[in-house]
Amino acid sequence: MDVVETLTESMRQAVGPQAAAFAIAAVGINLQFGYTGLLNFGQVAFLLAGAYGLGITVDAGGSFWLGLVVAITSAVLLAFLLGVPTLRLRADYLAIVTVATGEILRLVVGSAWGGDNLGTGGPQGVKEVTGVFRDLNPIPDGSYGFSSFRFESQTLWVTLVGWTLALAATLLVRQLVRSPWGRVLRSIREDEDAARSLGKNVFAYKMQSLALGGVMGAIGGIIITLNFTSVIPDYFIPTVTFFAYAVVILGGAGSVWGPLVGSVIFWFVIQFSESSLDATVPEDILSSQDLAALRFVLVGVLLMALMVFRPQGLLGKKEELLADG
Amino acid sequence: MLPPMPAARAARLLLRLVLAFSFTVVVAAVGPTAPAGAQTTTTSTNPGTTGSTVLADDQPAPSGGELVRGTLTFADESGRVPVDGAVVIVSTEDGTEVTRVTSGADGKWEVPLPGPGTYQVTIDVESLPAGVGPEDPANIVRTIEVATGQKAGAGFPLAKAGAEVSSPTAPEGNKFLKLLGQGIALGSIIAMATIGLSLIYGTTGLINFAHGELVTFGALVAWWLSTGTGGPGLSLVLAGLLAVVAGAAFGGAQEKYLFAPLRKRRTSNVALIVVTIGWALVLRHLYLIIFGGSSRPYDEYVLQREIDVGPFTLAPKSFWTTGISLLVLVLVGLMLQRTRLGTAMRAVADNRDLAASSGIDVRRVILLTWVLGGGLAALGGVLLGLTNRVSWSMGALLLLQMFAAMVLGGLGSAYGAMVGGLVIGIVTTTSTELIPAELDLVPSLFVLILLLLVRPQGLLGRAERVG
Amino acid sequence: MADDVILVADGVQRVFGGLTAVDVDHVEVPRGRITALIGPNGAGKTTLFNLLTGFDKPTEGSWSFDGHQLAGVPAHKVARYGMVRTFQLTKALSKMSVLDNMRLAAPDQSGERILTSLVPGTWRARERAVTEEAEALLERFNLAHMRDDYAGTLSGGQRKLLEMARALMAKPKMLMLDEPMAGVNPALVQSLLEHIKQLRTDGMTVLFVEHDMDVVMGISDQVVCMAEGQVISVGTPHHVGSDPKVIEAYLGLRRAVEFEEGYVEGHGG
Repeated sequence: MDVVETLTESMRQAVGPQAAAFAIAAVGINLQFGYTGLLNFGQVAFLLAGAYGLGITVDAGGSFWLGLVVAITSAVLLAFLLGVPTLRLRADYLAIVTVATGEILRLVVGSAWGGDNLGTGGPQGVKEVTGVFRDLNPIPDGSYGFSSFRFESQTLWVTLVGWTLALAATLLVRQLVRSPWGRVLRSIREDEDAARSLGKNVFAYKMQSLALGGVMGAIGGIIITLNFTSVIPDYFIPTVTFFAYAVVILGGAGSVWGPLVGSVIFWFVIQFSESSLDATVPEDILSSQDLAALRFVLVGVLLMALMVFRPQGLLGKKEELLADG
Repeated sequence: MLPPMPAARAARLLLRLVLAFSFTVVVAAVGPTAPAGAQTTTTSTNPGTTGSTVLADDQPAPSGGELVRGTLTFADESGRVPVDGAVVIVSTEDGTEVTRVTSGADGKWEVPLPGPGTYQVTIDVESLPAGVGPEDPANIVRTIEVATGQKAGAGFPLAKAGAEVSSPTAPEGNKFLKLLGQGIALGSIIAMATIGLSLIYGTTGLINFAHGELVTFGALVAWWLSTGTGGPGLSLVLAGLLAVVAGAAFGGAQEKYLFAPLRKRRTSNVALIVVTIGWALVLRHLYLIIFGGSSRPYDEYVLQREIDVGPFTLAPKSFWTTGISLLVLVLVGLMLQRTRLGTAMRAVADNRDLAASSGIDVRRVILLTWVLGGGLAALGGVLLGLTNRVSWSMGALLLLQMFAAMVLGGLGSAYGAMVGGLVIGIVTTTSTELIPAELDLVPSLFVLILLLLVRPQGLLGRAERVG
Repeated sequence: MADDVILVADGVQRVFGGLTAVDVDHVEVPRGRITALIGPNGAGKTTLFNLLTGFDKPTEGSWSFDGHQLAGVPAHKVARYGMVRTFQLTKALSKMSVLDNMRLAAPDQSGERILTSLVPGTWRARERAVTEEAEALLERFNLAHMRDDYAGTLSGGQRKLLEMARALMAKPKMLMLDEPMAGVNPALVQSLLEHIKQLRTDGMTVLFVEHDMDVVMGISDQVVCMAEGQVISVGTPHHVGSDPKVIEAYLGLRRAVEFEEGYVEGHGG
């Protein structure tokens, strides 16, 4: 097994466009779950809204910029759709409704019916959706990096934009949670009746948190779409949400930099363990299908182990943790 | 309130036996690995399949595992008959032949593609069995667009010469009754599986995202015990019973060795929900590795001629499924209503602190709730495998409907879960009259959201303080 | 009493399942006075409290507070009108600092709006003023030395004090204290009572729930006694204390009601 190869490949995964996209979506989850205590288990629905908002608009002849507007608007609308029936109820209802909505949306946009009636392209998805984004790429053609740590010009462009947005989202959340607005969020996370008794409109704050975090999910979906250059319905399975939760919890829910750090380490660990297994275990014992399945087993074990042994993740504060007693 | 039960010791003993048995079964099941990576890929209703191509790489790979596949069958008096040995030709857009393939005994064919792009798929009419041809003889070429990593499908509706093209000549009323019958069958399965989900929520406040994996567990154990490949080849009835026992034990073991210790550490319910999600990911993909990605039928009761019972025309196994489910639902209802344990379960689900202060051993009741829930979920899985097929993700796919049923019936209410399950099952199947069958999950969600807007406590739930 | 009345409730009823938890025909709270709401365990006091403050919805009934009709008004608006409550089981936000607990309660902080929160210049001045106010109150309630500690590290009695101080930060016209003495170390009870008396001196209206009759005798101007969801006696502490109906409620009904009411309040609280 080539250790250098495995390491560089893992590094490429850790800072690549997918890690950037997950970092942005995770910043959103951190705002919702880490700071407000909302169990949005349908973040993938927001990624989907962003991806298809952009894809359908561009496919129908709209500009890339209009596509972005449509993507963000769809995410906000989705937040209202999910929030109105559930945010006044117990936290668990949001969890159930969001996970269900994410799955339903995927089935609808990926169905032949969705292709015929919604312009989603059905099971094939929407192709060539980058529009003007591709032309804006200032990086000359070519391949950059060394060994397996190598990005094509376009990929590098998406990656740079992705991480810039991830940083911007993080700084925005940092500013928000350090303000009195963030203080109200934290009070809701801990005890919404207390916040209510002090005159805070809990529903409005939850809705703002859900919508803003959802918009970040949509931006994550856009980055993924720009990277693939097409929208593929099969990408948006519920597991995407849970991968993003693993990122948040690994980094530390309720810590500003947690999602960024979490995403880098998460993708490094995933790729590293997979490459190592691939290189060391013979194919007839562990087929490539099994290997792909093992990735999910690994994430599952990671989620459980973190919640049991280190619920504050790498950067969180144990004292402020939602997850204890 | 409850003096030490005369049966308590016996119950404990039974529980231990059941636990020991389940681990034997699990260990045994892990041993003979089903042929992984078999050529038959899933034709289940789950388009997400393994997700192995999804999230696997950020680069559109030169060969992302694109393929095209399909199943060739025609209708016979006995049902759908697979076509063996038919030739399918795949060529590129300009007509260059890529490859040709012959369908298997199950009528399935699959062609790996060199990459994304547009392809033409043609069926070789000459290769079809005598008397069988395309429903529309002019329509034997499919043009498909294949995206990166996509597994595309291409279907060729076939018909037996001289036969009616299809049977929707049946009066509309009959078709609706058929869907209703299927809905009751599906609904009673959902109901059974949801009772555990709802009672576990009621007694512990935990939403178990890994409950679908208990359903799958039952089906897999029954499949392994009953089919010849690697298993002991028991009769399906015996295998099903053993699967239920194993499921009960598996549920109990999860509570005893995972959730009870975590609750003891005062882990919050939010954290526990995340744990169940992780646990579901682990179990589901272990099933995938052990069982493989294809969906398979049991050996017995696969093809059955439909019979009439009352107004319904369905396969006998559907009647059996419905009958068993409804009987079990009634028994569970009686158990909850009449026995001391059932009363204790409902009391704990109703108000845990009050139940504890009345002398109920809450920890034991929770454990038995998991045992009951695990057994019922496993039974649901066994029966679902009978009407559909057995696959690694069947329970996960059922989870959304179980959630809908639980909310519909009122979180924590066992009777509510029964009513909710039946409603969701019927809504799911009858809605295919109006919407495409691939979207049959959608109405359940609408029912769910509508209900949350007008009656958040569920149909049978008690009004609760809403902030 | 010829005092100005700040709160009037009429025909307030709350039914849980088939059980009537609260059925109050008429009750008034005079402005600037201390009113105690007493009654045996589970008489419906906390449920009435939840109803008045918008934390629960009555089956029927109406009430007005300081000129505002409050039936159907959500809890946070009730608080903004000036009726601020505390909870029987204290809701000190234990994962926030004592000072943040206090600052959270301050009204009119524009930094609590999402857009203005991004421009610290717009809310810094208000934050400084709020912090000064909070520090003064913490001083008065002997909590100043804990200002930067997590509220979770406070003792039970200190939490009660913090909750009371925090409620005052919200600039209430009327303070609703739900069993402020429950679970408090007896040494602290006297100090808590002194704080409540001081509030009256400052012109505040106080309504507090207490099931121990002896505690309320010393400090209340008016006592309202509830049993089985109904108001059975209203008047001066002496009058209510010697009312045979009250005595009967305390001695006779206690055992019978305890079970059912505990059941209801387990859901309501």
